[in-house]
Amino acid sequence: MSDADAPLLVAEGLTKYYGRQLGCRDVSFSLYEGEVLAVVGESGSGKTTLLQLLSTQLAPSAGRVRYRLRDGVTRDLESLSEAERRFLFRTDWGYVHQDAALGLRMNVSAGANVGERLMAVGWRHYGRIRGTAAQWLDRVEIEPDRIDDPPLVYSGGMRQRLQIARNLVTQPRLVFMDEPTGGLDVSVQARLLDLLRGLVTELGLAAVVVTHDLAVARLLSHRIMVMKGGEVIETGLTDQVLDDPREPYSQLLVSSILPA
Amino acid sequence: MNAPAYNFAYLDEQTKRMIRRAILKAIAVPGYQVPFASREMPMPYGWGTGGVQVTASVLGPDDVLKVIDQGSDDTTNAVSIRKFFAKTAGVRTTTHTAEASVIQTRHRIPETPLTADQILVFQVPIPEPLRFLEPRETETRRMHALADYGLMHVKLYEDIARHGHIATTYAYPVKVDGRYVMDPSPTPKFDNPKMDDCAALQLFGAGREKRIYAIPPHTKVVSLDFEDHPFEASRTPKTCALCGADDTFLDEVITDDKGGRLFVCSDSDYCERRRGGVEKPA
Repeated sequence: MSDADAPLLVAEGLTKYYGRQLGCRDVSFSLYEGEVLAVVGESGSGKTTLLQLLSTQLAPSAGRVRYRLRDGVTRDLESLSEAERRFLFRTDWGYVHQDAALGLRMNVSAGANVGERLMAVGWRHYGRIRGTAAQWLDRVEIEPDRIDDPPLVYSGGMRQRLQIARNLVTQPRLVFMDEPTGGLDVSVQARLLDLLRGLVTELGLAAVVVTHDLAVARLLSHRIMVMKGGEVIETGLTDQVLDDPREPYSQLLVSSILPA
Repeated sequence: MNAPAYNFAYLDEQTKRMIRRAILKAIAVPGYQVPFASREMPMPYGWGTGGVQVTASVLGPDDVLKVIDQGSDDTTNAVSIRKFFAKTAGVRTTTHTAEASVIQTRHRIPETPLTADQILVFQVPIPEPLRFLEPRETETRRMHALADYGLMHVKLYEDIARHGHIATTYAYPVKVDGRYVMDPSPTPKFDNPKMDDCAALQLFGAGREKRIYAIPPHTKVVSLDFEDHPFEASRTPKTCALCGADDTFLDEVITDDKGGRLFVCSDSDYCERRRGGVEKPA
């Protein structure tokens, strides 16, 4: 098996207990380059815990996560030093928070928000940093004259798009998204999803998208994982799971969508 | 004259030992902020409690002390700290930079180049260069540990985006010995180049924040910048109205309420010497 065919990210038996409280149990899957995996389930089903385990923001109680780095070597993420993990986080990974305020520096300009990652990896030319930031703002449909405004004065949808630009500027291969459309109104959601879908295809991004919104899963993802009570109860291709759910809980989930 | 109720230089010997240990550690790791058990001093925070503790710990009976505040030897802060050590340590004081063996300063580095047998002690209000960008102390310490300094350039980027140039004029961040990013306390950036490869030992004390850091003699100190917006040691492009110097850092003095103003050297000692001034009583 050549390098490019090997999975990008492999989760093996990921388990997390918060004391005696179960976060998630025995989650295993592989994610390949360019593949989008949606994790769906109701609140408290362990989706966000799983995302934090995958992105090494939480240490698992059991199990491990392996990741194929840009040099082609697949390594256990726990064996990386903190400096390496940080480097990974600001180059090869992105993390889109539900609340844009968590993922952005609200008081510094949009340009600096996008440029921060570039400066962190050693860019020291103001003109080039600004130019690249402007390009990315354009790609996420933010007007160029807003480049010096802080996200504090942006609308919710713009903040979310800015957060995406900030994450993608270093051309990561893997993006984690935690409810990327949560808290936005429907038309803004549609525009954001459209944008995300375009970028994901264009850049060949792999992504893990946590959402409770099955429409988001349908639009963005190739594969889907249904979680309940901290465990994965069903996995499969997105259309297969959504159109022909096997587990009673998945059926309930699918049938709870209000008809438009 | 030694006030009998005090130990030499006010602090007790155990405290001085503790502070000296912190100083030694700071010298061993240039630019690294060493925590220390800062004491209550008989002056309010913000008046130089950190600098005073460092000075008290390095001062010996044979030292000659100079204290400057905003470059001047005769402003309140300078006078009271000089008096404080004259009283509690009985050391000789001076206003002449070349005569002093220990110089405590609030903002400026003297215009007269420092020598290897001198120690410059800075009073530091906020030792953490990342403070206003990252409020969490746990996070800033981690960033220092990992040399994760991208954020520092975000600040400079913001300056250029807003003002067209790097508008930070004081507390301008520097990288010490190629490793730690350091806040040189509220010194004007005009003085940053003087820190680089300086012959004297430079010590920084922050009393309220309980940190000591240091630049050992002849250490590389680089001001952060962008390739297309390089660091500039800015000064007011005027000459001193008293001594005529055109290469010193100037203070603007308002002379009346009709818009009258003049510019004078902020380093009062240097200005006086240039005018062939007489020795002032210390």
